[in-house]
This record gives sequence, C-alpha cells and structure tokens, in this order.
Amino acid sequence: MKKNNKQILEGSHAVAEVIKQIKPAVISAYPITPQTHIVEDLERIKAEGEADFEYIRAESEFAAASIVLGASATGVRTYCATCSQGLLLMTEVLFNIAGLRLPVVITCANRAVSSPINIWNDQQDSVTVRDSGLLQLYGETNQEVVDLHILAYKLAESILLPVMINMDGFVMTHTYEPVEIPAETLIKKYLPNYVPPKDIILDVNNPRSLGTFAAPDRYMEIRQELFDDAAAALSQIKKLNLEFKKVFGRSLGDNGLIEEYKIKDADIILVAMGSVCGTIKDVIDELRAKKIKAGLLKVISFRPFPDEEIIKSLAKAKYIGVIDKSISMGTEGILASDIKRACYGKIKVPIKSFIVGLGGRDVTKKMIEKIIKEVKDKKNGLHFVGQ
Amino acid sequence: MKYKNPFEHLINPGHTACPGCGQLIAARHVIDACGKNTIIANATGCLEVTTSKHPTTSWKVPWIHSVFENPSAVATGILSALKTKGLDKKVHVLAQGGDGSTFDIGFGLISGMWERQDNILYVCYDTEVYSNTGYQASGATPHDAFTRTSWPGKKSMGNIYFKKNMAAIALAHRLPYVATTTSGHIEDIKRKVKKALEFEGPKFIHILTPCIPGWGVNDNMAIDLGKLAQKTGFFPVLEYVNGELVNAMKVPQETPPVQEYLEHHVRFKHLFQDPKGKEEIKVLQDICNHNIAKYNLK
Repeated sequence: MKKNNKQILEGSHAVAEVIKQIKPAVISAYPITPQTHIVEDLERIKAEGEADFEYIRAESEFAAASIVLGASATGVRTYCATCSQGLLLMTEVLFNIAGLRLPVVITCANRAVSSPINIWNDQQDSVTVRDSGLLQLYGETNQEVVDLHILAYKLAESILLPVMINMDGFVMTHTYEPVEIPAETLIKKYLPNYVPPKDIILDVNNPRSLGTFAAPDRYMEIRQELFDDAAAALSQIKKLNLEFKKVFGRSLGDNGLIEEYKIKDADIILVAMGSVCGTIKDVIDELRAKKIKAGLLKVISFRPFPDEEIIKSLAKAKYIGVIDKSISMGTEGILASDIKRACYGKIKVPIKSFIVGLGGRDVTKKMIEKIIKEVKDKKNGLHFVGQ
Repeated sequence: MKYKNPFEHLINPGHTACPGCGQLIAARHVIDACGKNTIIANATGCLEVTTSKHPTTSWKVPWIHSVFENPSAVATGILSALKTKGLDKKVHVLAQGGDGSTFDIGFGLISGMWERQDNILYVCYDTEVYSNTGYQASGATPHDAFTRTSWPGKKSMGNIYFKKNMAAIALAHRLPYVATTTSGHIEDIKRKVKKALEFEGPKFIHILTPCIPGWGVNDNMAIDLGKLAQKTGFFPVLEYVNGELVNAMKVPQETPPVQEYLEHHVRFKHLFQDPKGKEEIKVLQDICNHNIAKYNLK
C-alpha cells in the first residue's frame, strides 16, 4: 500500500512549508490580507531556527519586490508573496524583474482591487499585471499550489524569468485541505541548488552593469527576446511537468498548462482558472447524471498562454463559456478575451464571457448551472452572474 | 591631488554627461574612494543614463539600475544575498541617486533601509532639480529658484517651497554616520566616503552637485559654485558621528553675501531683475545666517 504523507494544512501554511523545503536564500514581503499567513509562517519558521533564509521585513510591497530583485541579481534564490493593492504597487518593479531576467518566484493570494476596498477573493489583481513578463500559473487546490511552487522555481531558474503562483485568497489561503509537502530530499532531486549564470549577476570579481539604458536602436530586440523566451516557456513547462511526474508521481493538470475535465464528448465546455474549477467539476458531475454533456477546460498557465492546447481542447465544443473572476472595463472577462484571441479563425462556435465572484461573492453550484443554461442562449455578449 | 590617468578611475571616460557636470565629478570620486570591492545600486537619473547606454558602460564595478525610487531597497537585497554568501564583510554596498530619487520618489524606501539599519552607504547627488527630465522642481530645490515647474512671473518669484533638510531626516533614523559636502570639496568627499565605510550600519552622504544646464551656470563652475555655496552658508558642509556634529566647515570671517552665489545662476536671475527680488534675496540671506548660527560656522 502506498504510504500516505498527507497532512491537513491551511493553504497558506502549506505554501510556507513548501517554501521552507525549497530553501530560498532571501525572502522579503510586506503584509496584506489574505497573504499574511504565508509570511507570518515564514517569519516564525525563521525564528524557530527551522530555516536559515534571510527574511527582510520591507516597508512596502514596492520595497519587498525591489529587495528580492537586488538579491536575485546577486545570484541567490528568492521568494516574495503579495496580492491586490500590494501587487499593483509592485507593478513597476515586476516589469523590471522580468526585463532584468531574474528568476524571482512570487505567490499571489488573489484578492479584489479597490475601489470599493474589498479584502476578499477575485483575480483582478494578477490578471492586471499579465503583460509584465511575469509568468503566471493558477492552482485549483492547495496540493496543486504546493506543487506549482516547486515547478515554478525550476521553470524560473531554467529560463531566467520570474514566475507568479496564484491561489485564490481565503478560498484557498485560509482553507484546510489534505496536502502532501514533499520531503526536502525529493524536492532537491527535482530542484537542485540554484546556480546563477555567471555573466548576469553582481560579482566584484566579474563586474557587470545590469539594467542599462537601451535606445531605440536596441530596445526592441531586447523586448522581442523577452517575448520569445516567455513563449518558449510553454514547452519548458510541459517538459518540467513530465519530470515532476517522474519524481513526485503527480502531474500538474494534464501537462502543466491545462487540465481537461470530461470534455471528450462535451457539447458545453466551460473555461476557468483557480479554485472555481472544483465547483464546476462538481456541477458537471451532477449534470452528467442528468445526461447534460458539459465539461471543463482548466487553464493553469495564463502566461504564457497555451493557445495550441486550448484550441485542441475546445475543437469539438458546441457552446463555450469562459468564467472570469476579473474584468477589463469596457470589454469583457480577461480570460475570455484571451480565449477568443487564441481561437480566432480556429473555433467557429460563439464564446461567451461570464463574470463571477467579484470581491469574494461566493460562486455557487446554482450559478454554474445557470451559466451552463445561459451559454446555449443565442444572445451573445457579457454576462454578470452574481446570484 | 595627484593626477590620475582617466582610465584608472572606476568610472571610465566616454560617458555622455554634460561638460563640467558636478554630479559625475562627485560620483567618480565616491566610487574611487569606495574601491573595486563595491556593488552599486543606482537610481534612474542623469548618472544612470549617461554612464550605461547599452551595450556600453562606464562602470568598472558591478552596478545595477532598477527603477527611479528603489536603489535603497535593491541595495538591501544585494546586502542580504551577500550575507548568505558570507561576503557582506568583504564587499561594500553603495546605493546612489539624485535629489529627485532621494528627497522625493524614493524617500519612503530610504527610510525603510535606514530603519532596518542596513550596512549600506547611500549617496545623494543633489542637483536641486530634476536634471534628467529637463529641470523641474524637486523637494531639494531652493526657495525662489526658477525651474520649469516653478516659473518666476508676475505672480511668482520662483519656487514657493523650501529645501528639505535630508541630513536632519537621516539623523532622526539614528544613522551612525551622516555628512554633507559639495562637488567643490573633492578631498572632503573622498575623506567622508572612507570615513563612512568605517561604520557598520546605514550611512548617508549628501553632496551638492551643480547641474550646468539646470542651474544655468558656466560649465567651468561646478567646483567654484560648490565652494561658494559652502562659503556663503547657503549649503552647510557638516559631519555627524552617532548623531553628534563632529565637523562643520567654517565660512570665511568676511562671509560673502548670498548674492555672490546667486548671481552666477540663471535660475536666480529674476531676483536681480524684479524689484521684489531684494526681499527674496533677504529671505535667502536669512537661510544662510540661520545655518551659520545653528552650526556655528564662523
């Protein structure tokens, strides 16, 4: 019988525990609900002598991001966590970290953005920084979030780009679930100590200038190179997921990029990211008993965006509904826009955008059922589903 | 001072700063005094733009520029990484920025670095104006100065605000070493940098560095104007150790009036043309007199 190493852990605590095992050298953060339990746990872990990372208490998220930037540029593994207003405050630095090609890993405890001020979950924060160069992966369960952190470091350090792991605030950060925190030895097997490339770090024996100024004759090619490498992360994620499966016996979704749930024969396919996928799966199971053929396409990798996998998954759908916990004002759900872009000219059926769960509104099974009904409605356009 | 081959400095020539730039003169002596075992975190600004045009660089020490407001926090990150490598006692960390970065946009992050008592030397090159964006007023701009966002006119005599006292703000953070100086006092810059590096913890050196086009002064004036700013009492040159004033550079017994400093600058020209200027010059003279009395400069 396979030994079960699962513990019942709060999502935030599980993240702190896996970060402890991943052994970043420098951690910096600033408290913001609902990220706080993660950084409190890390401070406690340090205080108890369970880990020997440098923990730098920053006076703002802007500083926290800048501190991990400086540490990463000096060639060590780093970690940071934030969300919402904090993530937006960091935005300038996030673009900079990506441009500097620093493999920083950040957790975002997804939360709504002010105004009105609201501390509860949606995904407006992370999707708003989608163009920064920060790769973004979304977890559905706390186990997936733990596993994604391990993969994220390997991804970041192999392609020299920052990665953000997204977990829904409260829904995941403050929820207890059975989680296995892989042993340090196992993690080390998958993720060896970080060895930074020699020529891009701050070293008095090999002085380099980082973050130099690029005029119009140079800037564009540098940005294009960043784009190419971010796009190439798609195949790297797939490769790293296969290695992950070998070491840990689990896969992140089907291939690290997406997860298909009962879509082979589905007429209706919903597309979503994060914890809402669990609710959708339950509804799909119930509807299947009533002979309604619905399925789910879960997007794990939002940046880079797995166009090919998505088109393949949606090819046979008659109705497609995209569920967003965010919105681009004046357009539609942000994931919906991306799905439409990816499917342009390839998928002929209409793709509808549904907005749910803004500011922590519970997304109920009833709402998902309603969406599955409305997705067949001929009327196109954007639908807010709040009840 | 012994002549040094330009290629022996830790900033190579070939940078694109204006001829006679006070900031570049000061910065070169700061890094030379720090030595090659130094890592620099640099703010956005003239010093960054003129020394690091990709794919070239003037810096012969490891150097990083992130954004305008964060050299202090980036320096903290560098220091913490050095600690984990056991190198924090062997390598100096220097954070540097202009007055815009220091007095204004990066101010909160500097306070954070000082609160943490990080072992970092922070140097502010104060041109008293946003030089790099074309001369707009900053929190370091003197009262009455003309900038592109503090125009003198029928209803204005230039900058309505007064310069912040950064050294006092630094002292309020319990820094072991705080000093001010100017690009007119090269030996003083070198001595103060070396002295600062003897202390464990956060150090702050504030250097007044004339901006040739921003101030509207001749390009041979960076040294002389630094000296005049000190001699008139307009910019007191001070040194504090553990909060105590240990050195204050004396002004001449026959202290030159502030006009002798102001008359070289286009930015103060309106004070000599507008009939109301006399009153304003008195206000500026009062600032000098206050400094002379407060720091016992005579």
